[in-house]
Amino acid sequence: MDQALSARTSMLGAHKFPATPPASSEARDVTLIVANMRCGGCMAAVEKALLASPGVTNARSNLAAKRVAVRFDPQRTDSEALANVLERAGFHAAEATHIAGEAPNAQSADLLRRLAVAGFAAANIMLLSVSVWAGLASDMDAPVQSMFHWLSALIALPAILYAAQPFFRSARSALASRRLNMDVPISLGILLASSMSLVQTMFGGEQVYFDAAIMLTFFLLIGRYLDESVRVRAKGAAENLLGFKATTATVIGEDGKPSRLRARELKPGMRVLVAAGERIPVDGRVVSGASDIDESLITGETMPRLASAGATVHAGTVNTTTAIEVTATATDEGTLVAEIARLMHAAEQARGRYVRLADRAARLYAPAVHLLGAMTFIGWMVAGAGWEQSLTFAISVLIITCPCALALAVPAVQVAASGRLFAAGVIVKAPDALERLAEVDTVVLDKTGTLTLGEPRQTDPDMIDPAVLQRAACLALNSRHPLSKALVKAAHARGLALQRRSSVQEIAGSGLVAKTAHGEERLGSAAWVGLAEGGQPATLWYRRDGETAVPFHFEDALRSDAGAVVSELKRAGYAVELLSGDSHAAANAAAAATGIDTVHGGVRPDGKIKRLAALKAQGRKVLMIGDGLNDAPALAAGHASLSPASAADISQTAAGAIFQGEKLAPVLETIAVAQATRRMSLQNFAIALAYNALFVPLAMAGLVTPLLAALAMSLSSIAVTANALRLRTMRLSLLPAAKVESAP
Amino acid sequence: MMALVWLIPVALFLGLLGLGAFLWALRSGQFEDLEGASWRAIADSERPGPPRARDESDEPPI
Repeated sequence: MDQALSARTSMLGAHKFPATPPASSEARDVTLIVANMRCGGCMAAVEKALLASPGVTNARSNLAAKRVAVRFDPQRTDSEALANVLERAGFHAAEATHIAGEAPNAQSADLLRRLAVAGFAAANIMLLSVSVWAGLASDMDAPVQSMFHWLSALIALPAILYAAQPFFRSARSALASRRLNMDVPISLGILLASSMSLVQTMFGGEQVYFDAAIMLTFFLLIGRYLDESVRVRAKGAAENLLGFKATTATVIGEDGKPSRLRARELKPGMRVLVAAGERIPVDGRVVSGASDIDESLITGETMPRLASAGATVHAGTVNTTTAIEVTATATDEGTLVAEIARLMHAAEQARGRYVRLADRAARLYAPAVHLLGAMTFIGWMVAGAGWEQSLTFAISVLIITCPCALALAVPAVQVAASGRLFAAGVIVKAPDALERLAEVDTVVLDKTGTLTLGEPRQTDPDMIDPAVLQRAACLALNSRHPLSKALVKAAHARGLALQRRSSVQEIAGSGLVAKTAHGEERLGSAAWVGLAEGGQPATLWYRRDGETAVPFHFEDALRSDAGAVVSELKRAGYAVELLSGDSHAAANAAAAATGIDTVHGGVRPDGKIKRLAALKAQGRKVLMIGDGLNDAPALAAGHASLSPASAADISQTAAGAIFQGEKLAPVLETIAVAQATRRMSLQNFAIALAYNALFVPLAMAGLVTPLLAALAMSLSSIAVTANALRLRTMRLSLLPAAKVESAP
Repeated sequence: MMALVWLIPVALFLGLLGLGAFLWALRSGQFEDLEGASWRAIADSERPGPPRARDESDEPPI
């Protein structure tokens, strides 16, 4: 390893600094993801380990983001070595290769700055306003009142111009594309309130609404900021998961010398060396060597496939037995990944634009509000109030209906819901994921890796003589084949001590062989140990010279709560289907074990999309849960989608939310929370409308004062937020048994 | 009433001071890791203060 390291370092150095480089002036920064950094102790340990390794000048960990920023001398170390340092210290680390700087944070920091300015202005203007309101009841002189109004204007106008820009921008772009969104009435309300207040201040009037305008901006920015911060956190967590999938590859140059490259820097035609246990970084053809390839993420097939020279291998599969050399053919249009990408693209387009709850509300709300304003103006004109008076009343209607609570209603609930799900290990990625999930009535599951754990487990460890199991497992220790790993696990589970054998040979597609004092030991396929008939497919045979062969049976174990989750879904009235790329027999067996009635086995990726389209044609709203590359198009096509954290990176990107852990139960929790989110959003809309029902008649009657307007703004916003926060406290009553409400 | 003439500017000045402090804290990245900051306060570190200072002061020139 050290040799490879120094070779890499010198290569980097030669590349960057042809002559003797200036000492340590060209420090490089890298961000490492540290998945299991969970407390202050880990944080200190991570920094200590990094700072102690040569070439590192600075290490600063971020516990919230689970990342550590490292500055190092590229001639003395590199990011891979740093990740290895952390691995040795007991942390699971990877370089964050595809994270684009601090861009996502910049947006939320910008909102926070505007929020601070609005908060400062709101607090000070409120002080002045309260004095004016108190002065109305006592003996404030007109000049003092006017001075207070001018002071308010001086603070409010620049603050609003700066802080409310996100709303103005969004409203402008909506109007430019001839749409109405919630920001149109918001911007109109803020602008009208400010300009009318300025006019009233100039002429010594009393209808001064600076406090309402700035409070509105302040509350709305809170909603916007919360929305953004949830998105940033989800995005960061999703990137962390993907970071561990980004691979580096060993490329063999034309001179035959190996060098390490990032997977995305690979080009077709390059020769890539894939060691045993490594993920194959490219689509390509095997040039030399033969090995068992674990394709479970691609095809849903648990058992590895033998690939020898000339065979095609796909990116994302794992090379399990021996090193092979692969020529990259990634740009071939015929490759599986290209086909998947095409299908996904088509599915996303067919999915259509989803109109979110808040936008649907805005489409009804904005015209209604503007109509009310116009009616007020016309009504007062007809009543003979004069156009100035009528205009004032009409504007006060627009101010009082400004949808502060309405615009906070959905973000506040979303924040509470995402926070709750985050704590349960579910990362909600897509902004509309929860709304889509709440509408689902059919759940379609993939088998391998979703309903099951995606790795084989021994089914009969107790039937085997411990001594035989121990000997077989000692052989299996030398192999990365999924069945070997399962055998080792089973031996560990029975408390057997294992010792690595020397001189073990592994033959791809066959098995392991070792020469010992007791004769030759063989572990592998039936043919490998000299039997004609293999029995069940997932069987490993062990034989020592002169003894009879012993079979070990394996199966892809179901997630421990798969049956319970399926029956819970069915009890709640959901239609549950299994859609697997694995064989009919395997799919049927898994369905029978979990109680799923509708099964489709041996389905190709385009077949999965067809099935989803058929369900959609029946008017069903489908939740697709899958992990493999072959599920990615279906994930994009489903009404809502979920992916386990073990999924292929392309699937995680396609899915609306990702759940972590060995259990399937987060699926229930996610649906339950999504339904609660929808319910509480609607409740919040009702609260906001109730406030309007109370204050709009007053405004139309010309009875609204600045005090009333400020009260209405603040109270409705606080009521809506308080209601949303209930979703967090509901956690305690919901968590023990997440109950799904009966489907619509 | 004369009190207002200096009380209001003082109040505004103090408010602006608070706003400035917040914006400075935001700019210097103090809100980037709220979880970690709470742990750092109680960590028994051999080198107190932000480790940023290290690359200028502690690192011997090579």
